[in-house]
Amino acid sequence: MVEIAEGCALAGLPPMVRLVLQGRAAALDAAATSLGLAAPPPMLRAASGTGGTALRLGPFELLILPTPDGRAGVDTALATVPHSLVEVSDRNVGFMLEGARAADILAGLCPLDFALSSFPVGMMTRTLLDKAGAMIWRTDAQSFHIEVWRSFGPYVEAQLREVAQGISFSLLAV
Amino acid sequence: MLLIDCPYCGPRAEIEFAYGGEAHIARPAADVSEAEWAAFLYLRDNTKGVLAERWRHSHGCGRFFNALRDTRTDRFHAFYEIGTPRPDVGDAA
Repeated sequence: MVEIAEGCALAGLPPMVRLVLQGRAAALDAAATSLGLAAPPPMLRAASGTGGTALRLGPFELLILPTPDGRAGVDTALATVPHSLVEVSDRNVGFMLEGARAADILAGLCPLDFALSSFPVGMMTRTLLDKAGAMIWRTDAQSFHIEVWRSFGPYVEAQLREVAQGISFSLLAV
Repeated sequence: MLLIDCPYCGPRAEIEFAYGGEAHIARPAADVSEAEWAAFLYLRDNTKGVLAERWRHSHGCGRFFNALRDTRTDRFHAFYEIGTPRPDVGDAA
Protein backbone atom coordinates (compact mmCIF):
# COMPACT_ATOMS: atom_id res chain seq x y z
CA MET A 1 0.00 0.00 0.00
CA VAL A 2 1.74 3.16 -1.25
CA GLU A 3 0.35 6.63 -0.90
CA ILE A 4 0.30 8.15 -4.39
CA ALA A 5 -1.64 11.34 -3.58
CA GLU A 6 -2.71 12.91 -0.32
CA GLY A 7 -5.03 10.41 1.33
CA CYS A 8 -4.99 8.07 -1.65
CA ALA A 9 -3.19 4.74 -1.72
CA LEU A 10 -2.41 2.24 -4.44
CA ALA A 11 -1.64 -1.40 -3.70
CA GLY A 12 -0.96 -4.42 -5.85
CA LEU A 13 -3.30 -7.26 -4.96
CA PRO A 14 -1.94 -10.71 -4.09
CA PRO A 15 -2.40 -13.53 -6.62
CA MET A 16 -5.97 -14.83 -6.75
CA VAL A 17 -8.00 -17.30 -8.75
CA ARG A 18 -9.98 -15.72 -11.59
CA LEU A 19 -12.35 -17.63 -13.87
CA VAL A 20 -14.17 -16.30 -16.91
CA LEU A 21 -17.42 -18.12 -17.58
CA GLN A 22 -19.23 -17.70 -20.88
CA GLY A 23 -22.56 -19.37 -21.43
CA ARG A 24 -26.29 -18.93 -21.70
CA ALA A 25 -28.63 -18.33 -18.78
CA ALA A 26 -28.55 -21.96 -17.62
CA ALA A 27 -24.76 -21.91 -17.21
CA LEU A 28 -24.75 -18.54 -15.43
CA ASP A 29 -27.56 -19.72 -13.13
CA ALA A 30 -25.70 -22.93 -12.28
CA ALA A 31 -22.50 -21.05 -11.46
CA ALA A 32 -24.35 -18.47 -9.35
CA THR A 33 -26.10 -21.21 -7.39
CA SER A 34 -22.78 -22.95 -6.68
CA LEU A 35 -21.39 -19.68 -5.29
CA GLY A 36 -24.36 -19.40 -2.92
CA LEU A 37 -26.21 -16.72 -4.90
CA ALA A 38 -29.91 -16.80 -5.69
CA ALA A 39 -29.29 -15.61 -9.26
CA PRO A 40 -26.43 -14.19 -11.35
CA PRO A 41 -25.89 -10.49 -10.60
CA PRO A 42 -27.54 -8.08 -13.06
CA MET A 43 -25.47 -6.42 -15.79
CA LEU A 44 -22.45 -4.47 -14.51
CA ARG A 45 -22.94 -5.57 -10.93
CA ALA A 46 -21.01 -7.80 -8.56
CA ALA A 47 -22.44 -10.17 -5.97
CA SER A 48 -20.71 -12.23 -3.30
CA GLY A 49 -21.82 -15.54 -1.86
CA THR A 50 -20.29 -18.21 0.35
CA GLY A 51 -18.33 -19.70 -2.58
CA GLY A 52 -16.91 -16.47 -3.95
CA THR A 53 -17.76 -13.38 -5.97
CA ALA A 54 -19.41 -13.19 -9.38
CA LEU A 55 -19.03 -10.09 -11.55
CA ARG A 56 -21.33 -9.64 -14.54
CA LEU A 57 -19.06 -8.52 -17.40
CA GLY A 58 -21.59 -9.07 -20.15
CA PRO A 59 -25.01 -10.58 -20.82
CA PHE A 60 -23.44 -14.03 -21.31
CA GLU A 61 -20.26 -13.59 -19.30
CA LEU A 62 -19.27 -13.75 -15.64
CA LEU A 63 -15.92 -13.16 -13.98
CA ILE A 64 -15.77 -15.46 -10.98
CA LEU A 65 -13.42 -14.94 -8.03
CA PRO A 66 -13.95 -18.15 -6.05
CA THR A 67 -12.88 -18.79 -2.49
CA PRO A 68 -10.29 -21.58 -2.13
CA ASP A 69 -13.12 -24.06 -1.52
CA GLY A 70 -15.47 -22.52 -4.08
CA ARG A 71 -13.60 -23.57 -7.23
CA ALA A 72 -14.58 -27.24 -7.01
CA GLY A 73 -18.23 -26.30 -6.55
CA VAL A 74 -18.21 -24.24 -9.75
CA ASP A 75 -16.71 -27.13 -11.73
CA THR A 76 -19.28 -29.56 -10.34
CA ALA A 77 -22.24 -27.27 -10.96
CA LEU A 78 -21.24 -26.70 -14.60
CA ALA A 79 -20.44 -30.32 -15.42
CA THR A 80 -23.74 -30.98 -17.21
CA VAL A 81 -24.36 -27.51 -18.73
CA PRO A 82 -22.86 -26.28 -22.03
CA HIS A 83 -20.41 -23.51 -21.18
CA SER A 84 -16.87 -22.19 -21.52
CA LEU A 85 -14.89 -21.78 -18.31
CA VAL A 86 -11.38 -20.35 -18.63
CA GLU A 87 -8.96 -19.71 -15.81
CA VAL A 88 -7.32 -16.31 -16.31
CA SER A 89 -5.60 -16.03 -12.91
CA ASP A 90 -2.19 -15.34 -14.44
CA ARG A 91 -3.47 -13.18 -17.29
CA ASN A 92 -4.61 -10.40 -14.96
CA VAL A 93 -3.04 -8.38 -12.20
CA GLY A 94 -5.16 -6.55 -9.66
CA PHE A 95 -4.72 -3.18 -8.00
CA MET A 96 -6.60 -1.62 -5.12
CA LEU A 97 -6.99 2.15 -5.31
CA GLU A 98 -8.30 3.69 -2.10
CA GLY A 99 -8.86 7.18 -0.80
CA ALA A 100 -10.88 10.34 -1.09
CA ARG A 101 -9.37 11.18 -4.50
CA ALA A 102 -9.56 7.67 -5.96
CA ALA A 103 -12.52 8.49 -8.22
CA ASP A 104 -10.79 11.69 -9.41
CA ILE A 105 -7.65 9.74 -10.31
CA LEU A 106 -9.65 7.21 -12.35
CA ALA A 107 -11.55 10.03 -14.03
CA GLY A 108 -8.22 11.34 -15.31
CA LEU A 109 -7.73 8.13 -17.30
CA CYS A 110 -11.25 7.03 -18.20
CA PRO A 111 -14.29 8.85 -19.65
CA LEU A 112 -16.78 7.11 -17.33
CA ASP A 113 -18.59 9.10 -14.64
CA PHE A 114 -17.33 7.87 -11.26
CA ALA A 115 -19.80 9.85 -9.14
CA LEU A 116 -21.42 7.61 -6.54
CA SER A 117 -24.84 8.24 -8.10
CA SER A 118 -23.84 6.90 -11.52
CA PHE A 119 -21.17 4.39 -10.47
CA PRO A 120 -22.48 3.05 -7.15
CA VAL A 121 -20.77 0.64 -4.79
CA GLY A 122 -20.96 -2.87 -6.26
CA MET A 123 -20.87 -1.69 -9.86
CA MET A 124 -18.17 -3.04 -12.12
CA THR A 125 -17.41 -2.75 -15.81
CA ARG A 126 -14.76 -3.32 -18.38
CA THR A 127 -13.52 -0.09 -19.88
CA LEU A 128 -10.31 1.66 -20.89
CA LEU A 129 -7.76 3.14 -18.49
CA ASP A 130 -5.87 5.52 -20.76
CA LYS A 131 -4.97 3.09 -23.59
CA ALA A 132 -5.21 -0.21 -21.71
CA GLY A 133 -8.29 -2.36 -21.35
CA ALA A 134 -9.22 -2.64 -17.68
CA MET A 135 -11.92 -3.82 -15.35
CA ILE A 136 -12.99 -1.40 -12.63
CA TRP A 137 -15.03 -2.55 -9.65
CA ARG A 138 -16.18 -0.17 -6.94
CA THR A 139 -15.90 -2.20 -3.75
CA ASP A 140 -16.57 0.73 -1.44
CA ALA A 141 -17.41 4.41 -1.72
CA GLN A 142 -13.71 5.29 -1.82
CA SER A 143 -12.08 2.09 -3.02
CA PHE A 144 -11.77 0.52 -6.43
CA HIS A 145 -10.55 -2.91 -7.46
CA ILE A 146 -8.80 -2.56 -10.83
CA GLU A 147 -7.86 -5.52 -13.03
CA VAL A 148 -5.68 -5.20 -16.11
CA TRP A 149 -3.83 -7.68 -18.26
CA ARG A 150 -0.46 -8.50 -16.74
CA SER A 151 1.62 -6.86 -19.49
CA PHE A 152 -0.32 -3.60 -19.01
CA GLY A 153 0.25 -3.61 -15.22
CA PRO A 154 3.41 -1.41 -15.07
CA TYR A 155 1.92 0.99 -17.64
CA VAL A 156 -1.39 1.40 -15.80
CA GLU A 157 0.36 1.79 -12.45
CA ALA A 158 2.61 4.50 -13.93
CA GLN A 159 -0.40 6.31 -15.41
CA LEU A 160 -2.25 6.19 -12.07
CA ARG A 161 0.80 7.66 -10.33
CA GLU A 162 1.14 10.35 -12.99
CA VAL A 163 -2.46 11.49 -12.56
CA ALA A 164 -2.16 11.29 -8.76
CA GLN A 165 0.89 13.52 -8.89
CA GLY A 166 -1.02 16.05 -10.97
CA ILE A 167 -3.87 16.04 -8.48
CA SER A 168 -1.42 16.52 -5.60
CA PHE A 169 0.06 19.57 -7.32
CA SER A 170 -3.37 21.01 -8.01
CA LEU A 171 -4.20 20.59 -4.32
CA LEU A 172 -1.01 22.43 -3.37
CA ALA A 173 -1.88 25.29 -5.68
CA VAL A 174 -5.29 25.91 -4.07
CA MET B 1 -16.52 11.99 -29.78
CA LEU B 2 -19.65 9.93 -30.34
CA LEU B 3 -21.68 8.76 -27.36
CA ILE B 4 -22.84 5.24 -28.18
CA ASP B 5 -25.68 3.60 -26.27
CA CYS B 6 -24.77 -0.06 -25.90
CA PRO B 7 -28.03 -2.05 -25.48
CA TYR B 8 -26.40 -3.97 -22.59
CA CYS B 9 -24.20 -1.39 -20.84
CA GLY B 10 -25.81 1.98 -21.55
CA PRO B 11 -24.17 5.09 -22.99
CA ARG B 12 -20.40 4.89 -23.35
CA ALA B 13 -17.66 6.83 -25.10
CA GLU B 14 -16.81 5.94 -28.68
CA ILE B 15 -13.25 4.80 -27.80
CA GLU B 16 -14.69 1.68 -26.11
CA PHE B 17 -16.22 0.47 -29.39
CA ALA B 18 -15.07 -1.12 -32.61
CA TYR B 19 -16.90 -0.43 -35.86
CA GLY B 20 -18.31 -3.44 -37.69
CA GLY B 21 -19.50 -2.09 -41.04
CA GLU B 22 -22.92 -2.26 -42.61
CA ALA B 23 -25.47 -4.47 -40.82
CA HIS B 24 -28.06 -6.93 -42.15
CA ILE B 25 -25.79 -8.46 -44.80
CA ALA B 26 -26.66 -12.15 -44.94
CA ARG B 27 -23.90 -14.61 -45.79
CA PRO B 28 -24.97 -16.54 -48.92
CA ALA B 29 -24.77 -20.32 -49.26
CA ALA B 30 -21.42 -21.72 -50.37
CA ASP B 31 -22.59 -22.66 -53.90
CA VAL B 32 -23.39 -19.13 -55.18
CA SER B 33 -21.68 -17.69 -58.26
CA GLU B 34 -18.44 -15.79 -57.93
CA ALA B 35 -20.18 -12.54 -58.80
CA GLU B 36 -22.69 -13.02 -55.98
CA TRP B 37 -19.89 -13.96 -53.56
CA ALA B 38 -17.91 -10.87 -54.56
CA ALA B 39 -21.01 -8.75 -54.00
CA PHE B 40 -21.40 -10.23 -50.51
CA LEU B 41 -17.76 -9.54 -49.69
CA TYR B 42 -17.26 -6.10 -51.19
CA LEU B 43 -20.37 -4.31 -52.42
CA ARG B 44 -21.90 -1.94 -49.86
CA ASP B 45 -24.61 0.68 -50.26
CA ASN B 46 -22.43 3.65 -49.15
CA THR B 47 -25.59 5.22 -47.81
CA LYS B 48 -26.04 8.95 -47.60
CA GLY B 49 -28.62 9.14 -44.84
CA VAL B 50 -29.72 6.67 -42.18
CA LEU B 51 -27.42 3.63 -42.21
CA ALA B 52 -27.84 0.41 -40.22
CA GLU B 53 -24.37 -0.53 -39.00
CA ARG B 54 -22.73 -2.95 -36.60
CA TRP B 55 -20.75 -1.93 -33.56
CA ARG B 56 -18.91 -4.07 -31.03
CA HIS B 57 -18.47 -2.98 -27.43
CA SER B 58 -14.94 -4.37 -27.52
CA HIS B 59 -13.76 -2.66 -24.32
CA GLY B 60 -16.97 -3.42 -22.42
CA CYS B 61 -19.39 -6.30 -22.61
CA GLY B 62 -17.82 -7.54 -25.85
CA ARG B 63 -21.15 -7.91 -27.67
CA PHE B 64 -22.02 -6.91 -31.21
CA PHE B 65 -25.14 -4.80 -31.69
CA ASN B 66 -26.68 -2.70 -34.45
CA ALA B 67 -27.20 1.05 -34.63
CA LEU B 68 -28.99 3.39 -36.99
CA ARG B 69 -26.75 6.38 -37.71
CA ASP B 70 -27.28 9.23 -40.11
CA THR B 71 -24.08 9.40 -42.13
CA ARG B 72 -24.67 13.08 -42.91
CA THR B 73 -24.92 14.27 -39.30
CA ASP B 74 -23.46 11.37 -37.23
CA ARG B 75 -26.65 11.43 -35.18
CA PHE B 76 -27.75 8.03 -33.85
CA HIS B 77 -31.45 7.18 -34.16
CA ALA B 78 -31.65 3.73 -32.58
CA PHE B 79 -29.61 0.96 -30.99
CA TYR B 80 -30.87 -2.59 -31.17
CA GLU B 81 -29.67 -6.13 -30.59
CA ILE B 82 -28.25 -8.39 -33.28
CA GLY B 83 -31.00 -10.61 -34.71
CA THR B 84 -33.80 -8.10 -34.23
CA PRO B 85 -35.30 -6.30 -37.26
CA ARG B 86 -34.27 -2.79 -38.19
CA PRO B 87 -36.49 -0.25 -36.36
CA ASP B 88 -38.45 2.10 -38.55
CA VAL B 89 -37.28 5.68 -38.00
CA GLY B 90 -38.37 6.93 -41.42
CA ASP B 91 -35.98 9.25 -43.22
CA ALA B 92 -35.32 11.38 -40.16
CA ALA B 93 -32.38 13.75 -40.52
